[in-house]
Amino acid sequence: MKLAAKDLLGIREMSVAEIELILDTAESFLEISTRDIKKVPTLRGKTIINFFFEASTRTRTSFEIAGKRLSADTINISASTSALIKGETLLDTAKNLEAMNPDIVVIRHSAAGAPHSIAKRIKQGVINAGDGAHEHPTQALLDMMTIRQKKGALAGLKVAIVGDIAHSRVARSNIYGLTKMGAHITLGAPATMMPMGIAQMGVNISYSLEEAITDADVVMMLRVQLERQNRHTFPSLREYASRYCLNTHNIKNAKEDVLIMHPGPLNKGVEIAADIADSPQSVILEQVTNGVALRMAVLYLLMGGGDDAN
Amino acid sequence: MDAQGIDRSLARIAHAILEKYGGVQDVAIIGVRTRGVFLAKRLRDIMTLVENREIPLGVLDITLYRDDLTKMRKKPLMAKTEIPFSIDGKRLMLIDDVLFTGRTVRAAMDALIDFGRPRSIGLAVLVDRGHRELPIHADFVGLRIPSTFEDDVVVRLSEYDGVDEVIVMKTSKVKKR
Repeated sequence: MKLAAKDLLGIREMSVAEIELILDTAESFLEISTRDIKKVPTLRGKTIINFFFEASTRTRTSFEIAGKRLSADTINISASTSALIKGETLLDTAKNLEAMNPDIVVIRHSAAGAPHSIAKRIKQGVINAGDGAHEHPTQALLDMMTIRQKKGALAGLKVAIVGDIAHSRVARSNIYGLTKMGAHITLGAPATMMPMGIAQMGVNISYSLEEAITDADVVMMLRVQLERQNRHTFPSLREYASRYCLNTHNIKNAKEDVLIMHPGPLNKGVEIAADIADSPQSVILEQVTNGVALRMAVLYLLMGGGDDAN
Repeated sequence: MDAQGIDRSLARIAHAILEKYGGVQDVAIIGVRTRGVFLAKRLRDIMTLVENREIPLGVLDITLYRDDLTKMRKKPLMAKTEIPFSIDGKRLMLIDDVLFTGRTVRAAMDALIDFGRPRSIGLAVLVDRGHRELPIHADFVGLRIPSTFEDDVVVRLSEYDGVDEVIVMKTSKVKKR
């Protein structure tokens, strides 16, 4: 069993079998992070470049730790320290990175499709660590891994995704992934944050938090992306919070054993109340732990050796 | 070799281990996935019966320690490593079904060293078929089978394959495990 492509660019292109392979492999990698010596020699001598054109703590650190625990050499480049500020084009930067012969390039970029464009032009495997409001495949995979651990299976579950859908690559990747795996999704957001035509992705739509999370097995809250709010999608944070903040009161609409998830970073008091984020039903930190194992699995599965020897 | 032969071999190996270590003080058994795990359980059961003492049992997946991993595009399926005890100071007995090139044992030893510092590591295998590529030998062997490099030596165990047997396929017509 192997992944079909040299790259991991989006969940949209993936098959159910590929998603299951990644999730199963990730489960086996969990144990490594619990050892005293958190390192296996699997990717010794391999080089991974983390190329982050957007701010990131979680994802970048997660990829770096994943690479290091597999013994790969990981190098981080951020936009502010790269030659892009000197005027080099993205593609030229990528070509130069290729010339240094890394094995995998992990890219986050504010433009949708940037990793795809690079993947087509370099021979190394490319992992999309978030491109614009398009996809964030490893986040969706770690979310599916976390749900599967807690609920046993994904098929038939009611999942509510609530918040800034319009700006959310996490939402898009999760919609592709969860619907492929047989879950039913309801999106909840103010009309200004609900993209046109999103219902075509096979999801239900609601403009009320309470309605969206009714009888949900899983509630995934999304961060209000303050850095992208130039379209005045809501009057004030306080008004947004009064209608779309998950709290101990409105959570009662969901099932009693509901899982509460959030891709981070949290705006506590805006989209999620502090006591809900830290409640026993919250798996927000388990998502982070699973993220390392999931990314180890992806790096392991994508690290090519040319032709099939086995 | 048939089911009875496998049982006899395991009984002999179990007693030989007990004799060598003078009991089971600080002894722990590590089965190498996949079939080594079932052999390890059987050996542990025999030894527990004789000594009437609990013996720790661990499961090792050596996939991540293979030396040919990054040469393959298609990756072997990984399973979990479960060693629910500290191996520091333990006398470990590594169990596998077939000893061939020795590369699996090399990988298993590297993996174990990453878990701690055992007092010693021994090796017991059901079948030794020769053709070592590394300076490794087994302390306890159920059966030595002369084979050519191309032969397939197949161990089947009832827990996994539904039947207990060891067979040698003279050509490689058999589907590779």
